[in-house]
Amino acid sequence: MELSGGEIIIQSLKDEGVEFVFGYPGGCVLHIYDAIFKQDDVKHVLVRHEQGATHAADGYARSSGKTGVVLVTSGPGATNAVTGIATAYMDSIPMVIITGQVPRAVIGTDAFQEVDTVGITRHCVKHNFLVKDVADIAITMKKAFYLASSGRPGPVVVDIPKDITDPNIKVPYEYPAEVSLRSYQPAVSGDIEQIIKAVKLIQEAKRPVIYSGGGVVLGEASEELKTLGHTLKFPVTQTLMGLGAFPGTDPQFIGMLGMHGSYEANMAMHDSDLIIAIGARFDDRVTGKIADFCPHAKIIHIDVDPASISKTITVDVPIVGQVKPVILDMLAQIESSGETFSRERIGAWWDQIDQWRRTDCLAYDQDSGTIKPQYVIEQLYKVTKGDAFVTSDVGQHQMFAAQFYPFDKPRRWINSGGLGTMGFGLPAAMGVKLAQPNSDVACVTGEGSIQMCLQELSTMLQYSTPVKIINLNNGYLGMVRQWQEFTYQSRYSSSYLEALPDFSKLAEAYGHVGMQITKKEDVEPALREAFAMKDRTVFLDFITDRTENVYPMIQAGKAHNDMVMAPNSKYKRDLA
Amino acid sequence: MSRQHIISILLENEAGALSRVAGLFSARAYNIESLTVAPTLDATLSRLTLVTVGSEETVDQIKKQLDKLVDVVKLIDLSESFSLERELVLIKVKKTEALVQKVESLGTDALVSITDETDDYLIIELSGEKAWLDDFLLAVESDVIEVVRTGVIGLSRGERALTL
Repeated sequence: MELSGGEIIIQSLKDEGVEFVFGYPGGCVLHIYDAIFKQDDVKHVLVRHEQGATHAADGYARSSGKTGVVLVTSGPGATNAVTGIATAYMDSIPMVIITGQVPRAVIGTDAFQEVDTVGITRHCVKHNFLVKDVADIAITMKKAFYLASSGRPGPVVVDIPKDITDPNIKVPYEYPAEVSLRSYQPAVSGDIEQIIKAVKLIQEAKRPVIYSGGGVVLGEASEELKTLGHTLKFPVTQTLMGLGAFPGTDPQFIGMLGMHGSYEANMAMHDSDLIIAIGARFDDRVTGKIADFCPHAKIIHIDVDPASISKTITVDVPIVGQVKPVILDMLAQIESSGETFSRERIGAWWDQIDQWRRTDCLAYDQDSGTIKPQYVIEQLYKVTKGDAFVTSDVGQHQMFAAQFYPFDKPRRWINSGGLGTMGFGLPAAMGVKLAQPNSDVACVTGEGSIQMCLQELSTMLQYSTPVKIINLNNGYLGMVRQWQEFTYQSRYSSSYLEALPDFSKLAEAYGHVGMQITKKEDVEPALREAFAMKDRTVFLDFITDRTENVYPMIQAGKAHNDMVMAPNSKYKRDLA
Repeated sequence: MSRQHIISILLENEAGALSRVAGLFSARAYNIESLTVAPTLDATLSRLTLVTVGSEETVDQIKKQLDKLVDVVKLIDLSESFSLERELVLIKVKKTEALVQKVESLGTDALVSITDETDDYLIIELSGEKAWLDDFLLAVESDVIEVVRTGVIGLSRGERALTL
C-alpha cells in the first residue's frame, strides 16, 4: 500500500485502534485534515481552543485507559496545547499529540506560524520527535504510542513538517506490529528479594498504613490493591490522584491524605510505624513538611518509575516495578508465609484511628441558610448513586468533590492533581462522555475555573456530549480567598470576581439548559431534574456560601499532625 | 555532603538529544561543572561526560532522571570506582622569557608543551588531571590572555566499561 504522509498519520491512528482525535486545523496540518476527510474510522472532534483538545483527550484517556490523541497546527496551535500537555505529563496520562510544523526548508527561518515545538514541549513530555522524512512517520507513530502508554505513561509529541505530508508524495506503508527501543526498557515485575523484605516489615508492623496513589489507577491494579488491603486488614489512605482505586465507602478507607486530607488519615500517617506506598510519589501536597514526615515509620515504596523513589523522601524498601505484578507477588509471599492478618492483630491501632474518626473532620454547618458547597456534592453523590464519572477544575470545589464524593471505582474521579490546571474540567468531561456514552458525567467546577475553557460548551453541543456542570459559584476564587484569609489577614487581593455572567443564560445561548439554584431546598430537585435530561448538557449554577473554607487544612510547611480543623468538627471538644 | 561525580553517558546520536540532557540540569536546578560530548566509533551513539557536584541523594536522583531520558542508552558514575580522568587546556599568553622558563620548569612532564609560538604570543597546551591543571593555571595566571578547557573526560580502570 502506498500512502502520502498525511494518509500515513491517519492510517497509523486506525492501526492503533484510535476512535477519536481532538483537534483544530490550520495551515501546516491541512494535508492531514484532508486525509481525515476521506475516511470515517477515526472521528475528529473539532474543539474551540487547542487547550480544550488536550484536556478532552486527557479526560478520554483517564476514563478509558486508552491513549488520548490530539492534532493541532504549528505555532499557536502547538503553544495553546502546551498547558494540556503539561497537565497530562504531571499526572502521567498516556497521550499522543501530533503537531504540524512549517515545511523542512523553512524551519529555523522564523516562518509564519513557526515555533520550536520540540524545544518548547521538551520539559513537559515523556518524549518528543521531529519527523524529517515521510518514510519515518509510521515507525515514529508506533514509537509514540508505545512510549505514551508503557512504563510510567505520559504525553508524546510528534512534530510533522507540512511538506512530508504532501498528498503527491507516496511511500510504501506498513505499520510495525511492535517496536523496541534499546534505550527504553520499562520495569515490569519487582525484585523478589525486596518484596520478601517488604513482607517481613508488614508482618512486624503495629501501626501500618497503605498509602496508594494514581499509579494504582494507571496500572489497572485496583482489584489487587483491594485484595491486599482486605488480606492485611490495614487502614488505607489514598492521594487525590488515587481516589477510587480502593473503594471510598470501604470501612478500611480512612480518607484522602495531605493538605486537605482527613484528620484520621494525616494523624495515622504521622503516627504510623510502616507506610506501604503504592504508585504514589510523595508529592509536596501529600507530605507537608518533609523533615516531620512520618517520623516513626519505615517506608516501602512500589513504583514503576525509579526516579520517583527516594526523590523527596528516602525510603527503606524500594521496589521498582509495575504495581500490579508487584502486589500479586507480595500477596503470594504473604500467603506462603502462613501468617494470618486480622483487624484484631492491630486492634489498638484501629481503636486509635476510630477515635480520630470521631472528630468528624469534614463536619460543616448543616443549619446554614445558604447553600453550602459540601451539601451540593453530597446531593450530587446521592442523585448519581455514587456512580458518576466526575471531572473537576482546580480550587475549593475540587477538594469538596474529593472529600464528599466517595468513589468506589477507579477512573471515575478525573482531575488535574499535579499541575492544578484551571479550565481542565469542562473539556475533560466532554472527553469522558465520548469514552463513556452510557454513564452519567458531572463536571464540578467554580465560576473562576469554568471561564477558562468555557468555549468548549460549543463543541459539546456539536458532538452531543451531555454532561452536567455543577458550578459552585461563590463569587470568589475560593482557594485563593481561603489562603488570603488564613495567611494574609483577609487581604483579598484580586480574589473577588466582579461582573460575572449569568451562567444559565450563557449556557442557553450555547444551546444547552441553564439553571440557577439559590435555595438549599432546590439543590436536590434541580440535580434530579438535570440528570433526568439524559441527552442534554445542563449548567447548574449553584449560588453558594461565599466564605466557606475547605477543612481540614495543613498549611504550607506544616506537618501532618498540625491541621487547621473545621469549626464544626468535634476536634476541640474531644481531643484538644 | 556534596562531592564531585563524573558521569559517563552513551546517548543516541539524535538531533536534540544533547539539549534534553542539558535541559534536565537547568529544569531541575542541578549543577553542571563541565560537559563534553563527541561521537563514538558507533555512529549511532555519542559519548558524553558530565561533571556534577551534589549530595549522594541529589546525584542519585540526577542519575535516575538521566536514565529516564529516552535518548540515554546507558550511563555509569565513574566516581563509584577507580577511574582515569583527563582534561585538555589551551592557554594563550604574552611571550616573555620569564614565562618560557616558567613553563619549562613546570613542564617537566610530557603533558605540557608550547604548541604555537609567534613573535609575541604563545599557546601552551597541557593535559592531565583537573587538580594539576588548576595548579598550573594558578601559577601562570597573571600572564594569561585566554584559556579554553575541554572539560573532563574519563574511563573506568580495569574491567569496568561503559559499552552497549
